[in-house]
Amino acid sequence: MTERVLVDGATPTSQPTHFLEVRDLRVHFPTDDGLVKSVDGLTFHLDRGQTLGIVGESGSGKSVTSLSIMGLHKRGVAKLTGEVWLDGQELIAADPEEVRDLRGKEMAMIFQDPLSAMHPYYTVGNQIIEAYRVHNDVSKAVAKKHAIDLLGRVGIPEPHRRVDSYPHEYSGGMRQRAMIAMALSCDPDLLIADEPTTALDVTVQAQILDLIRDLQRDFNAAVIIITHDLGVVAELADDILVMYGGRAAEYASAASIFNHPEHPYTWGLLGSMPRMDRARTDRLIPIKGTPPSLINLPLGCAFNPRCEYAGRTDGLATSERPELAENGAEAAHLVACHLPPDERRRIWSEEIQPKL
Amino acid sequence: MYAYIIRRLAWAVVLLFVISAVTFAIFFLIPRLLGSSAETLATRYVGRSATPETVAAVSEKLGFNDPLYVQYGTWVKGIFTGAEYDYGSGVERCPAPCLGYSFITRQPVLPDLLDRAPVTFSLAIGAAVLWLFFGVAIGVLSALRRGTFFDRAAMGLALAGVSLPIFWTGLMGLAFFSYKWDITAKGSAYTPLLENPVDWAYSLLLPWVTLAFLFSAQYARLTRAGMLETMNEDYIRTARAKGLPERTVVVKHGLRGALTPIVTIFGLDFGLLIGGAVLTESTFGLHGLGEYAVLAIRANDLPKILGVTILAALFVVIANLIVDLLYAVVDPRVRIK
Repeated sequence: MTERVLVDGATPTSQPTHFLEVRDLRVHFPTDDGLVKSVDGLTFHLDRGQTLGIVGESGSGKSVTSLSIMGLHKRGVAKLTGEVWLDGQELIAADPEEVRDLRGKEMAMIFQDPLSAMHPYYTVGNQIIEAYRVHNDVSKAVAKKHAIDLLGRVGIPEPHRRVDSYPHEYSGGMRQRAMIAMALSCDPDLLIADEPTTALDVTVQAQILDLIRDLQRDFNAAVIIITHDLGVVAELADDILVMYGGRAAEYASAASIFNHPEHPYTWGLLGSMPRMDRARTDRLIPIKGTPPSLINLPLGCAFNPRCEYAGRTDGLATSERPELAENGAEAAHLVACHLPPDERRRIWSEEIQPKL
Repeated sequence: MYAYIIRRLAWAVVLLFVISAVTFAIFFLIPRLLGSSAETLATRYVGRSATPETVAAVSEKLGFNDPLYVQYGTWVKGIFTGAEYDYGSGVERCPAPCLGYSFITRQPVLPDLLDRAPVTFSLAIGAAVLWLFFGVAIGVLSALRRGTFFDRAAMGLALAGVSLPIFWTGLMGLAFFSYKWDITAKGSAYTPLLENPVDWAYSLLLPWVTLAFLFSAQYARLTRAGMLETMNEDYIRTARAKGLPERTVVVKHGLRGALTPIVTIFGLDFGLLIGGAVLTESTFGLHGLGEYAVLAIRANDLPKILGVTILAALFVVIANLIVDLLYAVVDPRVRIK
């Protein structure tokens, strides 16, 4: 967390100062039922060697955000506005062919379910070779050697033999390792991991997270980890962006988020996370209600129907949408909440923290 | 893998025996149930002018008086050792493999079949190339442009292709392309491939197109449905995430995933077709296996019917086996260890 460019302060067309800068990203899907605002004005940035965790429930817009950065949104259906700057190049307005060329080379992605994300009819090796050869003019033999190296690097035993196996012949954890190897095949500068451990066995999850961390150090890549599990980003992320209803609810350094979270939604996420240092008899505290419809977001703060403290905002929560702003104490800790900062901090330390 | 193939081949042989026995039973038993006796059968073969004694003698010599299983046994034995038929006016030979002997034309069935098979093969292969190409291509394009004018027009045409009978499209084709515009051959003009490939293709062009129209329609719909499904798979997103060109994504990843049902149906269709494209051959006057079957049925020539049925069954069984083996090639998940 170095100097953060403030949301309000960033002029839309200024040159980027970070490796990845997303400015006022909006992804809207016109449907028969109305306009689905999957992402509605999202701004964040990331530097090489840093990790950003994007956290939120299903439908909060976190996956759509990552797909939009990659240019993998449904073209012709999704309406994209805003800017995405990757290494000084703007991607939203760029020619799709240029973005395609960057995909896999400059930015790569790891998906949630490695079984369905790998083609069942091609060997793991061939899929890595294919990824490598799109961007590198090398022979198949060279590419295969590279694939074997990569598989060894991500911890696949006997990579020279396993390279010719099919995805269904791998275990779940192995498949995700292979997926990571594939994403790393062209040494990308930006790696987006979309729920990389959700489909995996608990025992394997930690291994995969360790692997991502190690590889990030080796490759010095910028990493975005998308998850609904705060536990995942607790270990990995430098910064955390909490999304709700297609917008940022809270955006701060990981340490700041875990030590003094400001947004009631973040409190809810923390409360619903199991912890080793808590007595087993304590019940997890679920966030009541369900994520909002992205067509008809609640008026005011999107979280207000589920927020226990919405009544303490003089009616602002149900009338005016809160903007992401400094929390009053730290310039780097941004939160979108109508609760007065002092009140927020008091609720956290007196009502929430003791229960966690 | 080889053990699997051998096992499947053994089953294929068993299956062929069952099919032949059932066919034999159907075509030899039903006339009896309808009141024919051994004598009336024999009468058909020696002519009505023969004396009752001659008829009885022929009936006895041809084995019509034997029980059904003996007759079937004789027929099966003929396949391996050949057979001899004694009409009283000299012995007729049917060399092994004797797939039956027509008492009406007094000829073995197999040479007839071998004579006609190339016509049916040519028809089937040419049509298959056309329908696979156009069916799959149209299906893919339709899926990619779902809901557009192209998609609707193609699927409308496909519906017409599936619904229109071949004897209608065939006759329309003949009327316009052959007779009005003189583009294609006017039927009954089959030239063997080895004799003159250009004439061969020219003589079969209209039958190919007509047959392919029917099948392309079905394959276009099948391909479209498959592509709509696979293009939504996660692995397509992965392929795009790698930065592959869209063409590679569609063909190498999308179409590859949609191929399994197409291969299955194709094997069965093709196997069925080389056993005789009855309607197409009749419409265009091609002397293939299908026409042979029609003529045999019309003439009540049981050995011919049996022979052509067995041959068609053999093709279907082989096609099935090839499809099953191809599964393993197409989808590594079913690969047999």
